[in-house]
Amino acid sequence: MSAWSAFGGGIPFSGGLVALRASTWRLNARLTRPLGPRHRPLSSLTSGLTYPACGAGLAAWPSGQYVARVRPSSYSHLRLGPMAAMASTAGPETPSSGGPQPNQPPSTPSHWVLMAGVALVGVGLLTAKLSGQDLVYIPSMLKKAAEGADPPESSAPNRRSSNPVESVTSVATSTPDVPQNLPVTSLHRAEIPDLPRFVPYVLVGAGAAAFAAFRAIKSEDPTAKVLMIGDENHYPYMRPPLSKELWYSDKIERDDISFTQWNGRQRSLYFEPPPFFTPLSELTEKKNGGVSIVRGHKVVKVNSVKQEVELDNGSVVGFKKCLIATGGRPKKFPVLDKNPLMRAKVSTFRTAQDFFDLKDKAQHMKKIAIIGGGFLGSELACALALKSRNKWDSKLEVIQIFPENGKMGKVLPEYLSAWTTEKVRDEGVTIKSGQKIEQAEVGGPKNDLILTLSDGEKLTVDHAVVAIGLEANTDLAKSSRLEVDNEFGGFRVNAELEARSNVYVAGDAASFYDVILGRRRVEHHDHAIVSGRQAGLNMVRGLAQPYTHQSMFWSDLGPDVGYEAVGLIDSTLPTVGVFARGTQGDTPKAAVTQSDEAMRSESQEGDESEASSGSSPVSPRASSSLPLAENEKYGKGVIFYLKDDVVVGVLMWNVFNRVSLARRIIRENKRYEDLADLAKLFDIYKDEEEIN
Amino acid sequence: MASYCEEKGKDRIIFLNPMDAHPNSSSVTFSSESEDTAPQGLVQSDGSINWNCPCLGGMAVGPCGMEFREAFECFHYSESDPKGAECLDKFSQMQGCMKQFPDLYESADDPPELGQIAETPSDPIVPETPTNPNPEKTEPAQ
Repeated sequence: MSAWSAFGGGIPFSGGLVALRASTWRLNARLTRPLGPRHRPLSSLTSGLTYPACGAGLAAWPSGQYVARVRPSSYSHLRLGPMAAMASTAGPETPSSGGPQPNQPPSTPSHWVLMAGVALVGVGLLTAKLSGQDLVYIPSMLKKAAEGADPPESSAPNRRSSNPVESVTSVATSTPDVPQNLPVTSLHRAEIPDLPRFVPYVLVGAGAAAFAAFRAIKSEDPTAKVLMIGDENHYPYMRPPLSKELWYSDKIERDDISFTQWNGRQRSLYFEPPPFFTPLSELTEKKNGGVSIVRGHKVVKVNSVKQEVELDNGSVVGFKKCLIATGGRPKKFPVLDKNPLMRAKVSTFRTAQDFFDLKDKAQHMKKIAIIGGGFLGSELACALALKSRNKWDSKLEVIQIFPENGKMGKVLPEYLSAWTTEKVRDEGVTIKSGQKIEQAEVGGPKNDLILTLSDGEKLTVDHAVVAIGLEANTDLAKSSRLEVDNEFGGFRVNAELEARSNVYVAGDAASFYDVILGRRRVEHHDHAIVSGRQAGLNMVRGLAQPYTHQSMFWSDLGPDVGYEAVGLIDSTLPTVGVFARGTQGDTPKAAVTQSDEAMRSESQEGDESEASSGSSPVSPRASSSLPLAENEKYGKGVIFYLKDDVVVGVLMWNVFNRVSLARRIIRENKRYEDLADLAKLFDIYKDEEEIN
Repeated sequence: MASYCEEKGKDRIIFLNPMDAHPNSSSVTFSSESEDTAPQGLVQSDGSINWNCPCLGGMAVGPCGMEFREAFECFHYSESDPKGAECLDKFSQMQGCMKQFPDLYESADDPPELGQIAETPSDPIVPETPTNPNPEKTEPAQ
């Protein structure tokens, strides 16, 4: 940094070099950001914004690791830097915008090289400080790029007929502002023009795990040719915002799934904009390889013997290595799946399309039931209640129904779940806990959905969203002769994520052997990213590298409760919770109110040293704690989940930025006589502000 | 007020007294085996480049990933004076490639971001890179 400052000061530059300097500066600045505020990328851009009633909305994307580091704009700075410096026109350039640069002598190519070089060194030095352990995923912020989505046939006369899945041919042929969604039903038999007969790396699925695998493959093998095949019509996008930020955005563009951030910028959910992908027709010939995508098609069979995949239209593509990342699909609730009339009033929530459907419908409703008390149900209930309160004309009553006694009952120990439920009950959501839906019918004067709960209460609602969990999509298991896990669901793979020779599985669809925690299946975004990456690396290297990096997840349940967790977080396990004697100052709400939202959390990286070597005194605020009121009892703490007395899961409750410490404890895989002693490492009394 | 415990079924709850809670007072130590061995950052301890570093965004894996890597690598290992003097060709190749993807490697809406970054000096705004009017006529820089 200081080298940069020295360099930046006083030396006259030509326009190109100035541009380079400016851009690298900004890159440089961004690269240092991860060491600052951690995981609320949107909120980090919105200082001064008040915390909404339901924290999940603002608090954004789980793990945040995939956003905070380098966003596409910085990516474009990086792009622009050397480009500007190396502009083929010799001599000085005039900055097209920006302030005047007095006394700029013409620069010579050697200056350029020097500058570009320095830029790169800067990148190197600065990033060397960063942990490389988490893939960064970058929604595109380039509006233009998002506009490059496929146009319909009518507007692209030069394109092959009925070719809904072809990759973008070129930017020039694409037309902005035209919906790219095409009816799925018409696709299955459609021929896929230019589909190669063989691609070394075939990825079945186009979600987070597949995209992470692609990045790992391409990093390891720079000329790799990769083909992704996904059944949605969108380019690969990330799902977490669908139940979070998207609900808090005023302007959402349906076609590129972009939405307005708190700061007014448009942001896309795409991992990369359409031009990033290589047209199918070019993939085989490209000397440096690339990644192509087939959209709107399913793979129906993976033939491990012949090493080829078969698509729903009968096409066959050979592979050298194949990844199955088919993800999961929402479980259906039989009671609410009885007839077409009822099905019209019931939906699940998984895709971008589901988001738009629900949003369109919900604003005209009076009452909606959210069935399920887990992550998705809780986030949606909060989002809808808040949206209705703040944005919509008609008031929507949101009723959340679940059989557990409290929110997140499968995750949190019962006392904490009950306490949390009380905390969020007045956020505008009517909570019916401990209730099953015994019966459902469509009736009444307006053909409403009438739900009968286990206590006999009848609820009349306009619509119900079923969020009772996910089941792994193993449709192609039988045809592919792959083993499905009877207990956890998903394709059974070994610790290296391999199902058969050269066939790997990652993400939600994988039941993998965790060498420390045993067999498990995980349904979180961060897991999709890290398992996808591990599978990708193993596909290229052929190494037997087990998937050992513990993925994390996090959630906020209203203004008073936020948590991050690693390992086996299962409320059936015995737990030991170690809590601070809470004060009113220990809640996320208070932290946000005090400073701004971003201040309550920080980068995960480096927290090991922070947490274990911190030497600042105990917070005076905490030590002067007032007598403990019942409703502040569990304000802040660490909960250890135990299996045979070994710590297998760590949940950090209103304690942020300690994930790598938690990971290390799980890697230790041992018993502790005194868990309070272990909990001290988390420095739970330390204020967020102090750590920052 | 000492730390105290409660039990609720299988779940135990400990309230830690602030005076007992400091990390330095913990007797827990970790074995070296549990250290995180994942690659950290862009440049590894042996000097090699970690192309999977999140810090690179899509640069190393995008359509100009190879060109980017060659230019970057050339510079990284360069021993000339000034460093990277021999890399001009590779940088031009990278630029040539990037010009074919104006929507990917152009950033029209960057300036608003400037204000978001405290460390940003008051540099002029990056000029727009001219868009190649005939992208299909440009030879890929390979």
